[in-house]
Amino acid sequence: MKPLIDPARLDLAAEYRAKPFGRHSPELQAVLDVMHRPEHCQDLILVSIEPGKWMLGQRLPDGKPPRLIENRVFTRLEDGEWEAFRRRWKALTGQELKLP
Amino acid sequence: MNKPTVVGYLDSLYAHPGDAVIVRVSVFDPAGRYTADLVRLICGETGPKGPGIKEERIEVGLAKEYAGGEQPTPIGSYVIVEKMPQLGAVEMSLRVWPTLPGKGQQALVSLGPLRLFIDQSGAVALAANGESISTGRPLRARAWHRVKARYDPATGAARLSSAPLPGFHGDAKTEAKGGLPVVKPKGPLLMAAAPKPGGGTTDHFYGKLEAPVLRSGKLKARWDFSRAIDTAKIEDVSAAKLHGRTVNAPKRAVTAAKWDGSTHDWRRNPAHYAAIHFHGDDLSDAGWKPSLNFKLPKNLKSGFYAVKLQASGPAFYVGFIVSPRPGAKRAKLAVLASTVTYLAYANYRRRMTPGPFELAMGALPTVDMTDIVLADHPEFGNSTYDVHRDGFGVAHATIRRPLFNMRPGGRFWNFSMDLCLIDWLDNQGIEYDVVTDHELHEQGTGLLKSYKAVMTGSHPEYHSLEMLQALEAFVSSGGRLMYMGGNGFYWRVTFPRAHPGMIELRRSEDGTRAWAEMPGQYYHSTGEYGGLWRRIGRPPNALVGIGFIAQGFDASTYYRRTAASRDPRATFLFAGIDEEIIGDFGAWGDGASGLEIDAYDAHLGSPPHALVVASSENHSNAFMLVNEEMLNNSHGVDGTLNARVKADIVFFETPGGGAVFSTGSIAYAASLAHNGYDNNIARLTRNVVERFLDPAPFKPPAS
Repeated sequence: MKPLIDPARLDLAAEYRAKPFGRHSPELQAVLDVMHRPEHCQDLILVSIEPGKWMLGQRLPDGKPPRLIENRVFTRLEDGEWEAFRRRWKALTGQELKLP
Repeated sequence: MNKPTVVGYLDSLYAHPGDAVIVRVSVFDPAGRYTADLVRLICGETGPKGPGIKEERIEVGLAKEYAGGEQPTPIGSYVIVEKMPQLGAVEMSLRVWPTLPGKGQQALVSLGPLRLFIDQSGAVALAANGESISTGRPLRARAWHRVKARYDPATGAARLSSAPLPGFHGDAKTEAKGGLPVVKPKGPLLMAAAPKPGGGTTDHFYGKLEAPVLRSGKLKARWDFSRAIDTAKIEDVSAAKLHGRTVNAPKRAVTAAKWDGSTHDWRRNPAHYAAIHFHGDDLSDAGWKPSLNFKLPKNLKSGFYAVKLQASGPAFYVGFIVSPRPGAKRAKLAVLASTVTYLAYANYRRRMTPGPFELAMGALPTVDMTDIVLADHPEFGNSTYDVHRDGFGVAHATIRRPLFNMRPGGRFWNFSMDLCLIDWLDNQGIEYDVVTDHELHEQGTGLLKSYKAVMTGSHPEYHSLEMLQALEAFVSSGGRLMYMGGNGFYWRVTFPRAHPGMIELRRSEDGTRAWAEMPGQYYHSTGEYGGLWRRIGRPPNALVGIGFIAQGFDASTYYRRTAASRDPRATFLFAGIDEEIIGDFGAWGDGASGLEIDAYDAHLGSPPHALVVASSENHSNAFMLVNEEMLNNSHGVDGTLNARVKADIVFFETPGGGAVFSTGSIAYAASLAHNGYDNNIARLTRNVVERFLDPAPFKPPAS
């Protein structure tokens, strides 16, 4: 089955990494729309463990506190968003996202 | 993880200089020790692009270490009838509309050791001293059933039945009978909960109950929930008059079994609204014991304050407003703190629930460790953006519990964002008072009469009719209004008199909303019609010239000046500003136009003579036209494609010599501090403040 995201479109990943917030090209937005669907979004969340430091987490049912995913701390929200993008890319394409 | 280990709340969201303040504190820290202090909050921004947290200590003799423990929060609504007579054999009946059958044991009627309840399987059961008989057939969720039970304390003989009311097919009447232990049914009588050994309640019911009847000998108590709907009273219409009361504000003015769509206003036919909707996660009063008591200095500056509590983790801020004592000398400018909106958002859990958050918001949700404490404690109740455990919207919010959003830091929103205005005013040396939505509701326009100008917060979304009328009267009598945000004057809220400290909200009809009110329930328990003020006939455009048009939570953008910004009427606004582009910077999203934004629309009542002096452009894909602007879904509604997705900065004069200035963006306030407070957004705002405080009357242009 053809993947929902074309793993060859590293240009779109590069566009996202350069600017996760703000205007995106229609093609990148189409990728994000797939990633953000309920079945693909992985219920990710960014948890600020102290001012200026975030960890990626997963939202849990019934209002429970998010489960922190791994012991990796981001000092910019953009880096946390990029990590979420990478995880979704891998889940949807089956391939690790590696940009030059 | 390092989380706050102490929380607290006050009895009011505002206080006056000289007032005594009671703080109710609960300590999770095993050491049971905490410190307290009073601080004036000046800036709440924690990101790399803002000035950072600013606060100043106020010496009130509070700063020391205290001993404390965890205080229980008795969440869950129910009915209690405290004074019950001696009971013999009992027969109970009522109508039941369960919303979570099969999701845990849920009590319907409790009489001491005797309980009529829904068992783990979702079937009706009767228990005495823990032994039970069950019909064995689960009730259907969201359908009305007649439930009956009989119990003879002389023999332990018991019978019960459940039967669907006409209206759906497939379920039959189900009966059960048997012998139960011999116990003595006794009061207090509880509905929708069971007494917990050692005190309190348990096994809360989710769903609606109607028309409970209790027979015992000559007693035939019949509680009619269609009476006194706008109170916390429960009336027994029998001669016995075994009146009761609700606890934790279950939802009233809800449709009953008889409701057939022939009326939508409970006051026109209360018999169609003879039900109460209970939730195990309703909360109107945490009921904690007082822990600290201190007095505010008589000369205390009006402003944003907090009692800062700290144990082993980070501090927990108990935010409140100090407003001038009635009759005290006033500044010319009042900042109207959006305390009703703060309350509507308080204890917002939705960001932490699974789901496609980014499809609507454009970025990942973010929370901090104080929010995690909220998740650790479901008993602190929900926000009006959440749904109850049974999926129904949360229509009530109370101040009588810890509030997790009235603090610096955290989500850059509401209270925290409004501190940007305070920080800027302090930096500019502009004198101001801070008054609150709650006072505006209580006092009306009299609260504002001595002020030349009123500045709103960044997101004054929720208003009662009294609040809107007060602002309209202020503006029409020559007052000057600075609407410093976006998506303001949007939803109606009411203040049910039976529940001090609580607001009620019905998300009726449509709107950009977290949940939808049920059909037939668009009228509040106060009798007022709920929903968007726009739908009720008072669109924000008429008051402030603009109304909600789009939202997005990924990035902000700039405004571009229009030709109207050169109109002689607008000259004062742009004095000293040469740039065409303004607000292309800011601590939220790098622009002054962002988060939730508003636009001019003459069809919705924006004054024809209003000048749109600047409009934002280049909003992102995440910004989409609000759904109340559309009759049907369509492509082409996002900020990259739709020219209507923009914030308008608007100025207009009013006939009474007053004027209105509106920014149309929540993110605007976060741009004021840019470049050491020296920037065109700060300049524009300063120009407005100076002219608005000048008594020279404004005059609308000749038509």
